[in-house]
Amino acid sequence: MKLKGFGTSDTARGLTLIAPPALFALLLLAVPLVAIFAFSFWSQDFLTIDYTPTLKNYREALSEPLYGQLILRSVLIAGAVTLTTVVLAFPIAYFVSFHVPANRKSLWIFMITIPFWTSYLIRVFLWKVILGYNGVLNSTLIGVGIIDEPLTFILYNANAVVITLAHAFAPFAILPIFVSLEKIDRSLLEASRDLGENHVMTFLRVTLPLAVPGVVAATLIVFIPTIGDYVTPRLVGGPGGLMIANMIQTQFLKLNNAPMGATLAVIAMAIVTVIALVFIFLNRRWLKARS
Amino acid sequence: MTGRGGWLRGYAVLYLLFLYAPIILLPIFAFNDSTIIAFPLSDFTTKWFTEIPNTPALVRSVQTSLIVAVTTAVLSTLLGICAARAGARYSFPFKTPVMGFIMLPLVLPEIIVAVSMLVVLMALDLPLGSWTVVLGHTLICTPFCIAILNSAFGNLDVSLEEAAFDLGESRWSTFRLITLPLVMPGIISALLISFTISLDEFIIAFFLTGTEPTLPVYLWGQLRFPQKIPVVMALGTILVALSVVLLTIAEIARRRGIARAGGKDTGGFL
Repeated sequence: MKLKGFGTSDTARGLTLIAPPALFALLLLAVPLVAIFAFSFWSQDFLTIDYTPTLKNYREALSEPLYGQLILRSVLIAGAVTLTTVVLAFPIAYFVSFHVPANRKSLWIFMITIPFWTSYLIRVFLWKVILGYNGVLNSTLIGVGIIDEPLTFILYNANAVVITLAHAFAPFAILPIFVSLEKIDRSLLEASRDLGENHVMTFLRVTLPLAVPGVVAATLIVFIPTIGDYVTPRLVGGPGGLMIANMIQTQFLKLNNAPMGATLAVIAMAIVTVIALVFIFLNRRWLKARS
Repeated sequence: MTGRGGWLRGYAVLYLLFLYAPIILLPIFAFNDSTIIAFPLSDFTTKWFTEIPNTPALVRSVQTSLIVAVTTAVLSTLLGICAARAGARYSFPFKTPVMGFIMLPLVLPEIIVAVSMLVVLMALDLPLGSWTVVLGHTLICTPFCIAILNSAFGNLDVSLEEAAFDLGESRWSTFRLITLPLVMPGIISALLISFTISLDEFIIAFFLTGTEPTLPVYLWGQLRFPQKIPVVMALGTILVALSVVLLTIAEIARRRGIARAGGKDTGGFL
């Protein structure tokens, strides 16, 4: 029977189809990740690479205060960006999910995602224009008469990096929270209200707990790429706002010390993985405790 | 509910203003007759736009970027079709880990992707060039294509394919006559999204580009020279306008696709 033929060797067909993308990812992602791990145990003397395995790079990374400072700052900035972005994004996701009519929702989501697809480089540069000493924000505030002197704490430091990245990653936070809010069964909210809870308690005891998976996803999606951001710290961070990616780039392209750059990249990846795993673990525990 | 929605709506408008602030400022400075990017504005001018075609290095970088972006879009959409089809239609051993690994670049800091590829290319002594940028971009665009195409293939009614197969079509002609037209809007939207991502991507291009810089890499070099900034603003304005048009087409294609497959619009690309 033909119809039966349609269903046979599904596994083989699936494997044939998945092979090209899987092989591509294997060659261009798995092999490079293994290579960078190997590089971190080698050393480089000008242009020749010494292949004797050594822990020298890791010792240097852990003992040299500059590296430690950059890593710590990257984690702190990425943490601050994540917190700011998620806290600012939640009310928007809530508004679109609960207060926008169903037929207008995808328009709102579309409007939120548009700025994200426009040139990242130019957007970051424009934040420099907005936050600068003679920038748009300062001249507006002085013009309106709110301040007399230009604000200087908003450019060429960690604050500028946080503001700019909170802008750049806004849709990454809004979308997962929106999706989790959309999944909430609205009758649960009615039930809570019927049982005598007010709006605030309903939000705290029903909506917020049910939105936790979205908030967790948003946190991870924002935290992971921000820790490795290069452009923003370089353009608006000043000397006090530089992050680990800037040092990785310097090691690779300026100091010609690929093994040290590889070591820093491996350490950055390790930190990201550990933080992400801890976060996922806590989330699992929390979900289990509730059910 | 409307009473509570009141201040939320106000907040939403402020937030949109925050999101759109850089994009609103871009054209203002692009038409401003001054090399200083600050208020107050000088006269209106279009000279920064006319300067674009007269800057050969800029034109070359646009050409490089377009070639890279088109190649990336085609490659990553093809890989995305394979993966999304396999994921939606078939089961095979290690499906979840394999799919997860292909999606990994979505959550990996781009600098990690860039330097790890650079390390391999250095170790193999291969020359850097546009093709290395294409490989890097295809790697990060494929997960986005899969995410878009997953819903296209997921919404597909298998009984339509079975009917065609049952009526004597071959597997390939079934795919060409039934499946492809149904998922075409998803394919178009995947092509456009990966094109847009590649055109805009900086870090991977910065590390893996050879002697022919892509547009973002060229722009990065120009940001150091204040007198070059207005031209960058003009070019940025054109790029923003172009992305908005492309995204609108992608969004219309996506919605049409959902409507055609009889699915429900859940909103958004992701």
